[in-house]
Amino acid sequence: MRRSIPFVAVALGAALTLSACGGAEEPEAAEPTTEETAEEEAPEGDAETLTIWVDETRQAAVEAAAADFEAETGATVELVQKNFDDIRPDFLAQVPTGEGPDITVGAHDWLGGLTANGVVAPIELGDAAEGFEQVALEAFTQDGQVYGLPYAVENIALIRNTDLAAEAPATWDAAVAAGQAAGTPYPILIQMGETGDPYTMYPFQTSFGAPVFVQNEDGSYTPELALGGEAGTAFATWLQQQGAAGVLDTAVTYDVAVEAFANGESPFIIGGPWMIESFEGLNLAIDPIPAAGSQPAQPFVGVAGFYVSAQSENALLANDFLVNFMATEDAQMALYEAGGRPPALIAAADTASADPITAGFRAVGADAVPMPSIPEMGSVWEFWGVTEAQIVSGAAADPAAAWEQMVADIQAALDAA
Amino acid sequence: MSTPHPPQVEAADAMAPGDRTPGRARPRRSGTSPARDFGPGFLVKLALMALINALGVWIVLAAWNVGSYGILAGMVVILLAVNIVYFSRRTLPMKYILPGLIFLFAFQIFVVVYTVFVAFTNYGDGHNSTKQDAVEFLLIDNERRVEGSDAYQVSVVEQDGGALGLAVVTGSGDVRVGTAEEPLRTVEDGTASDGRVTEVPGFTILERGAILERADEVTELRVPLSEDPEEGSLRTQDARNAYVFRSALEYDESEGVMRSLVDGTVYSPSEDGFFVSPDGEQLSVGWRVVVGAENFVTAFSDQRYAEPFVKILLWTFAFAFLSVVTTFLLGLFFAITFNDPRLRGRKIYRTLLILPYAMPGFLAALLWAGLLNRRFGFVNAVLLNGAEIPWLTDPTLAKLSIIGVNLWLGFPYMFLICTGALQAIPEDLTEAAKIDGAGRIRMWRSITLPLLLVSTGPLLISSFAFNFNNFTLVYMLTQGGPRFTDTSAPLGHTDILITMIYSVSGLDGSAPRDYGLASALSIVVFIIVATISALAFRRTRQLEEIN
Repeated sequence: MRRSIPFVAVALGAALTLSACGGAEEPEAAEPTTEETAEEEAPEGDAETLTIWVDETRQAAVEAAAADFEAETGATVELVQKNFDDIRPDFLAQVPTGEGPDITVGAHDWLGGLTANGVVAPIELGDAAEGFEQVALEAFTQDGQVYGLPYAVENIALIRNTDLAAEAPATWDAAVAAGQAAGTPYPILIQMGETGDPYTMYPFQTSFGAPVFVQNEDGSYTPELALGGEAGTAFATWLQQQGAAGVLDTAVTYDVAVEAFANGESPFIIGGPWMIESFEGLNLAIDPIPAAGSQPAQPFVGVAGFYVSAQSENALLANDFLVNFMATEDAQMALYEAGGRPPALIAAADTASADPITAGFRAVGADAVPMPSIPEMGSVWEFWGVTEAQIVSGAAADPAAAWEQMVADIQAALDAA
Repeated sequence: MSTPHPPQVEAADAMAPGDRTPGRARPRRSGTSPARDFGPGFLVKLALMALINALGVWIVLAAWNVGSYGILAGMVVILLAVNIVYFSRRTLPMKYILPGLIFLFAFQIFVVVYTVFVAFTNYGDGHNSTKQDAVEFLLIDNERRVEGSDAYQVSVVEQDGGALGLAVVTGSGDVRVGTAEEPLRTVEDGTASDGRVTEVPGFTILERGAILERADEVTELRVPLSEDPEEGSLRTQDARNAYVFRSALEYDESEGVMRSLVDGTVYSPSEDGFFVSPDGEQLSVGWRVVVGAENFVTAFSDQRYAEPFVKILLWTFAFAFLSVVTTFLLGLFFAITFNDPRLRGRKIYRTLLILPYAMPGFLAALLWAGLLNRRFGFVNAVLLNGAEIPWLTDPTLAKLSIIGVNLWLGFPYMFLICTGALQAIPEDLTEAAKIDGAGRIRMWRSITLPLLLVSTGPLLISSFAFNFNNFTLVYMLTQGGPRFTDTSAPLGHTDILITMIYSVSGLDGSAPRDYGLASALSIVVFIIVATISALAFRRTRQLEEIN
């Protein structure tokens, strides 16, 4: 009997070891079982399972569309909720192993990376394509192929507290003057942080005529940098002036800016529709972003959509679901109501524009430029924001030199890749 | 005293009750070996082994179903080993070691071997998967809808022989049907309603359920428009709409090359995993290939990283060393203080001191990043009355902040082990020293400290190795910033080697991802840490001789 205790312990240990090994295999093991049952039940028509990755802000809306789809086709839709930031790397890593989803939600600027790795399949929208906003469809188009079903278009704009500023400012200087006249702690709130926020600063950069990449005639980007030169240094100098004047501040992060605006500490904030729910109780108007340079201030447009995996075993169901169930006004309105992002389907966007806030963002978005989706963009972000922050904070004393150095560094990173 | 050679002692202990005495005694007593003794112990063992075997067989079957033959083979080996070891009478030591060995293989050796393997491949962006996957993608990607071609509402049909086909209604109202072998042809007596074919003689219209059953065949089905392949073929992605597509590429399975259907260019596979045409044009998607030592060469030859690498290496050493020293000294100080029996409420103090240790490291780092914010952080705004001290944005202060935060995070651990070690020092040694007339400092230097170091030495080394790779703290607190202003690489003053690897190999999204390079660099870091640890362990062995 004395012997049985170590025996039990060891056997238990082995059992745990094995179950640990077993646990690791479970996802792989689970798939064939569902398939097997699917094959057995297939004659009844209750066939395959469609796996969709969504983030928490879209889950409810996709669920609603999935319910219709399940009812009509008899297929099962399984939603997997994931953190939005994890979706891209996980999709890239898991699609080749066969563990990826059939469909995932995603942003259009992932497209370059997804196609370079061959993990996303083109979809043919056919006549449905005409129903979408031009910019949304272009964003998901690469080399003539459409790779995703767009569902929302989002961009930043000038959000104005109408109690503190009655009129929309026409220029940056007018905005700062109006902000100072309002007597609030901040004339205008622009999130930045110590590592910068080039996304939010981009409209000001374009107002100086320094877009990030050279654009083709059809709106697509080439990997040729365009943010340097005189226009770029003019923007850099402006950054330094605003930093020195205290209008721009690297201590202002997203949280700080949103909270300050919600407390009525500034009449203006540059931000997107995702901020609006933090501003309950304020009287708001959405205006175009005031230009700091001589050209119009064009923010980036981001388009959210759904991608189909290139390794999907249910490509038929996946395409059917997207083209015939998610490209409808009802589905796009449900997504709009769940996430507050203006719909990409024109009919749905028109309905959603009954809300003046959404209409305001949509109007600004009409003049915006799509965020580049070429893979080269990854190398730009890393240098871009930090340099802007260094110029604003004064860490880089000579703005023109810092900007030129940044352009050279980005070019070196692009050449090395 | 502390055990200088713990494994041997444990092994001896383990042998004692099982093997030496009762193990040998029992068979002599009437031949009841535990394997033949149907006592409760044996039954429990049998039940557990049955459970393990059932689990193992289930995993084997599951692996067979998905075609994971590596896992299958591994599982069969494990199962055989487990059964032999636990049912044989001659493998007693293995009975204790085997579970540990299995863990070792699954979670250590496999991971290390896989990392080394990846280090010699070009796994990363553009080389994300196998050649087969790349071919598949290139084929679907280069099949384009013929511009301006008609869109059809399609019915999927089954020929009497079982072959699938597509049936559409043309603009003029004709019903046309075709299969993969027979190009689209007009049938006279087909019927249609609402633009969709409802009946074709010789074919059955498939219902939704039947289509889904053969979904793969339907998506792969191409019905040529005519005998001329130039006109393209009809294809459906959703079994509701069909469009005319034309392929621009074709894969030649026998030669393993891609052939352009437009101009006949042959793209053959290159050594670095791309299809390349004779004049150097390469197709967009590549696959994973073994590239030899290339990653190691890249790691040391990129000029942009040469200068920051030296700085970062030095800072990594300084950070790891200072982290260990500061946490150890503070922990030791508190341990000695709270070891004094004259202090009242020691237990409460001790519990409070351990609190930082109970907090997840990444959470604490994030918290501190907030506390140390230049303008709005608690430290500047409240404690220092609005002073705008750039704790995390000035190169020197950022380094001090990181060591400071790590001190806050790490001293409770040192406090714990030092308290334990101090309490383990026998009273009689100190008493003997007192009798010999040794002063406090002398006693501390000659007795307490050496004995303390003997037991804490290995932990200090492991703490050094941990901090050498303390990714979480750096990433959550400063993300490596503030950036170097004088170099071209996106690296900063507080980056340590492991965060540098993360950035250089693009895992943070700032560059194309390169798992091969990341693995190669990790191996280099492993070699550095292993060398230092080995040297340090040798030093501590000398300390043990004091005993």
